[in-house]
Amino acid sequence: MGGVMKRLCFLGPVLIGAVLLGPEPALAADVTVPASEPVPWWVWPLALFVVCFLLGIVAVPAGVGGGVLFVPIVGGFFPFHLDFVRGAGLLVALASALAAGPDLLRGGLASLRLALPLALLASASSIVGAMIGLALPASTVNVLLGVTVLGIVVLMTLAKKSEFPEVPRPDRLSQALQMHGVFHDAAQTRDVSWQVHRTPLGLVLFTGIGILAGLFGVGAGWANVPVLNLLMGAPLKVSAGTSSFILSLVDSSAAWVYLNRGAVLAIIAVPSVVGMMLGARIGARLLKVLKASVVRRWVIGLLLFAGLRALLKGLGLWN
Amino acid sequence: MADNPSNDVSRYASPEQLRYAGILGTGALIGFVLLVGIFVVYMSGWVTPLVPPEQLVTLWKQPVHHYLAVSGQGTGWGWLAQIHRSDVANLLGIAWLATISMPALLTVMGMALRRGDRRFALLALAEVAVLALAASGILGGGH
Repeated sequence: MGGVMKRLCFLGPVLIGAVLLGPEPALAADVTVPASEPVPWWVWPLALFVVCFLLGIVAVPAGVGGGVLFVPIVGGFFPFHLDFVRGAGLLVALASALAAGPDLLRGGLASLRLALPLALLASASSIVGAMIGLALPASTVNVLLGVTVLGIVVLMTLAKKSEFPEVPRPDRLSQALQMHGVFHDAAQTRDVSWQVHRTPLGLVLFTGIGILAGLFGVGAGWANVPVLNLLMGAPLKVSAGTSSFILSLVDSSAAWVYLNRGAVLAIIAVPSVVGMMLGARIGARLLKVLKASVVRRWVIGLLLFAGLRALLKGLGLWN
Repeated sequence: MADNPSNDVSRYASPEQLRYAGILGTGALIGFVLLVGIFVVYMSGWVTPLVPPEQLVTLWKQPVHHYLAVSGQGTGWGWLAQIHRSDVANLLGIAWLATISMPALLTVMGMALRRGDRRFALLALAEVAVLALAASGILGGGH
């Protein structure tokens, strides 16, 4: 989380001030819709900002991307239609990936050569996922989202991680594409060379991950990291960094589909993006004082609740 | 500082990767400033929106096709024709963020070609093609 995020910190108070202190918008717009809501409109972007700020704080110590928390929680507990929540969710994941990307690339924790072949298939399939998601009824997407989020809970609970997986011999494809590198492990104060294997299977899985990212509007770090780390054998830090960079490409293509279809509302997307990024900055600082395993358990509990909510909402049992 | 190997970025990142990082960093910063700046103008009410925020409260509960039918917002690149409306103008910052990977990819493609690395150049070009296809609206909207 580098210079871009530091500068963004100055923008947060400006955003809050604009929502709180700004005059009522002009009423000379083209559209007239009966406005008989009990809650004033400005409560929602402010609430979104606060919730996303809190999600951003817990996302970093929990080791998950904000996007995967955003869609089930905002989709389940805010009055927005899932079409707009997914459009905003992609923006949240994209903005986070773009903010982190430059420093990860410079430090060798994200590898352009490792990312590009995987991102190519994932970004192509994310277009398909986004188109499917916007064509399906919200109830069906909610059921699928609920099942997926519950699957993520299981994955987060059971999945193991390997700091430095052993890759005895890289496969031919990864050699041909030069998918290898060196990074500096600050914790062990040494340079670590890495290479990968099982690239063809990794490509197939990333195609599936792209569909999920586009379909649900979530960042897919929860799936990227296990595939890069456990399957392909990239070191854990390179897997996490490269996963974040891949999201910047995958979410860009899916975001275009939502944008072209009109499913991005600034009043939902912008407070979410800014809140999540400011929260992530606080979360990164709290990393030293918070017990990550405890926060991770909270987040798993939160996801379990949000996943059940999405599933039951989709089945018409909890509206 | 010079003794710390982690400070020597060229050891861990290729020239292509460093160039990509530079373009992405600058582009993201411009995008975030655009995003927040236009949103502040939108919330201030200085410029007339297509849909006033108080009327969005009923529209954002409905599927996107309902919102489009009521608001008259264009699909595909149709929003560009309504860029003078403050709410639609926000899409400029969002489109910028979704676009900035393309110049970065094209730059590293050129660098790879100059080094004779055709495979990497082809991968970068293919990724640009995918992003351009998504952005075009041919598949995802524009009707």
